[in-house]
Amino acid sequence: MYLAANGRPDAPPRPPGARRRVPAAVLALGAVSLVTDVSSEMVTAVLPLYLVLGLGLTPLQFGFLDGMFNGATALVRLLGGRLADRRGHHKRVAGAGYLLSALSRLGLLLAGGAPGAIAAALAADRLGKGIRTAPRDALISLSGPPESLGRSFGVHRAMDTTGALLGPLAAFAVLWATADAYDAVFAVSFCTGLLGVLLLVVYVPATPGPAAAPRAGARPPRRPVLRDPAFRRVLYASALLGATTIGDAFLYLLLLRGLDLPPVLFTLLPLGAAAVYLLLAVPAGRIADRTGRRGAFLLGHCALLGAYALLLAPVSAPTVAGVLTLLGFFYAATDGVLMALAAPALPAAGRAGGLAVLQTGQALARLLGAAGFGAAWTLWGQRPALWAAALALAGALAAASRILPATPPNSSAAPEVP
Amino acid sequence: MNPPSPRLRLALVVTAVLLLASGSLGYVLHARHRERPPAQGSDASFTVEEPGLYFRDSAGGRIARQDGPGRPRVTGGPSCDRFHTAGGHALCLRSLPGVPARTEALVLDRRLREVRKVTVPGIPNRARVSASGQVLSWTTFTTGDSYNTAAFSTRTAILDLRTGYLVKSIEQIPLTFGGARHHDSDVNYWGVTFAADDNRFYATVSTRGATHLVEGDLRAWSAKALRENAECPSLSPDGTRVAFKKKVSDAPRSPWRLYVLDLATMREHPAAEPHGVDDQAAWLDDATLAYALPGRDGRASDIWTAPADGTGEPRLLVPGGSSPANVG
Repeated sequence: MYLAANGRPDAPPRPPGARRRVPAAVLALGAVSLVTDVSSEMVTAVLPLYLVLGLGLTPLQFGFLDGMFNGATALVRLLGGRLADRRGHHKRVAGAGYLLSALSRLGLLLAGGAPGAIAAALAADRLGKGIRTAPRDALISLSGPPESLGRSFGVHRAMDTTGALLGPLAAFAVLWATADAYDAVFAVSFCTGLLGVLLLVVYVPATPGPAAAPRAGARPPRRPVLRDPAFRRVLYASALLGATTIGDAFLYLLLLRGLDLPPVLFTLLPLGAAAVYLLLAVPAGRIADRTGRRGAFLLGHCALLGAYALLLAPVSAPTVAGVLTLLGFFYAATDGVLMALAAPALPAAGRAGGLAVLQTGQALARLLGAAGFGAAWTLWGQRPALWAAALALAGALAAASRILPATPPNSSAAPEVP
Repeated sequence: MNPPSPRLRLALVVTAVLLLASGSLGYVLHARHRERPPAQGSDASFTVEEPGLYFRDSAGGRIARQDGPGRPRVTGGPSCDRFHTAGGHALCLRSLPGVPARTEALVLDRRLREVRKVTVPGIPNRARVSASGQVLSWTTFTTGDSYNTAAFSTRTAILDLRTGYLVKSIEQIPLTFGGARHHDSDVNYWGVTFAADDNRFYATVSTRGATHLVEGDLRAWSAKALRENAECPSLSPDGTRVAFKKKVSDAPRSPWRLYVLDLATMREHPAAEPHGVDDQAAWLDDATLAYALPGRDGRASDIWTAPADGTGEPRLLVPGGSSPANVG
């Protein structure tokens, strides 16, 4: 079954300079992510209110429920990647993850306020999210020619972010229409989630792009991660840089503090950064494809360093716009680009597992970075902590530019391109 | 399995969208027309002049009165999520519909007519009126203050009816720990209780992961920490003791027990309540505490009472009630 228009072995080479179409599978996966994010962000937006206001949980109990499964997702992600690599069942594993998350809304709806059932539903949601991420990114990376991966991931992330922005709006619309019926939010989220699963089943090809489709029955490499030095370098660099990011919430908090803005804005600032991310994701991916993903990835972190520097200067109204723009650019130039940077270094049969290792490593490093910054803030105060973070990031950037392979990794994967 | 033709796929998706959209719409419409108790004002005959125990009736969310143990309930008060009354004034906290969460703090006179209305961000949490009825305080839970976005923080307001002066958040009050000024971005106050002079007050402050009982002075606008691990204080009518909830375990189910602290000796003892209490207790008289516990038999909450000296047994006072306030 050759559904992807691009990279067909028998397809004639396209004339240079012609605008290539984004692979259909990437668009399909983007649509699935968009719809699924509407569904999940709807629930995320109202869950604290529902649990505390609707069910009367104490904030302590809420915090416990909310934080309970965060650690487990990292492990589940690795598992999802491994499962997908075995016999190349990316679509099935991703689909199971999407379905599990959709069903978790039904669980919230039927739990009727029993804390045990709510905890189970939240666990199912996190489980689903953990399982699907790596196979999905592997599918994206396998669906198009390696030289346009940056754009593919850019398109996917832009669609994904659109869904994340629409979700809370949808939730508030439902709450407004029903005078605070939280169960209606769960019901609508469930239906939206099912639609996402259906889009995946119908429109995403079962076998990833033919260019790199692993043979059915092919076993994943035993240690795909440690074998390839190019991938290992990407992993180390991303973890190092991740450990020096302080977490968006801290940046927003510094903005609010600096300008003495009303706390209501705390919920709006992330929207600003997400909007910039949405606008820049595709262009950043294209530029990364053309001029090198390594440079784009490092430049993205330079933008983050710029945001730190802006916050070290006296905060004024334009600072808010500047920081949000830089933060949005940081995500646009690093999130999908990192996947595009790493994917060609991984063998197709071990790609989902490898990407899972990369994502988990980065997430853990970021967790460490945020915790470290929180500790520094408490110990030394806000400004010295920010100075320390800026210096650490600058050091990490210098180190990462040495660690990251100098030649674009996609050239090393050239033999895979037909 | 052969892939279905593009036409078939499109038909499938369109059908599914129609089905799921109509399902969503149907549920929203159903939820919209569902019976839900609307927020109500009080009946003309219901006032807070009569002696008795006032409380929130969990069944309808309205305030009711019980004139004595075993006596019938008098209903017809306003709809409130949290309620307190003393000295001819009542404070009614009501959560407003919509997102983000907001709370309406209604100050009512003895005939439950509106004196003042303040809208603040957050979810209703604690409400207190001083014995004279002149100074009021309320606490709401808010999201979004904390860098851990999922966590809640509190916001406590104090309203002085004598001057009309309202402090929407007392977070900026100069706070001292053992004589030294305490500065931190994470201070949170909740659960204020007033002394008879309408000036001194007690409250909880949380900072750097610990909670403290603080004593505050309204006129001097200062507060000092007295003791660690004491939340939601409630001053006895004679002003000698503070009932509070003490964190005794890390279990999220029932971390708190009800304790009483003697302010002269600073010695504390537990009340004879074996269950976890997450409420600001109310003193029925100088010897008796009342507080809400999660309800039995499917009720949202029940009001229990226990002797303040740690003796005796807890007793069920009002099934299906919360926010007790005694008017003598």
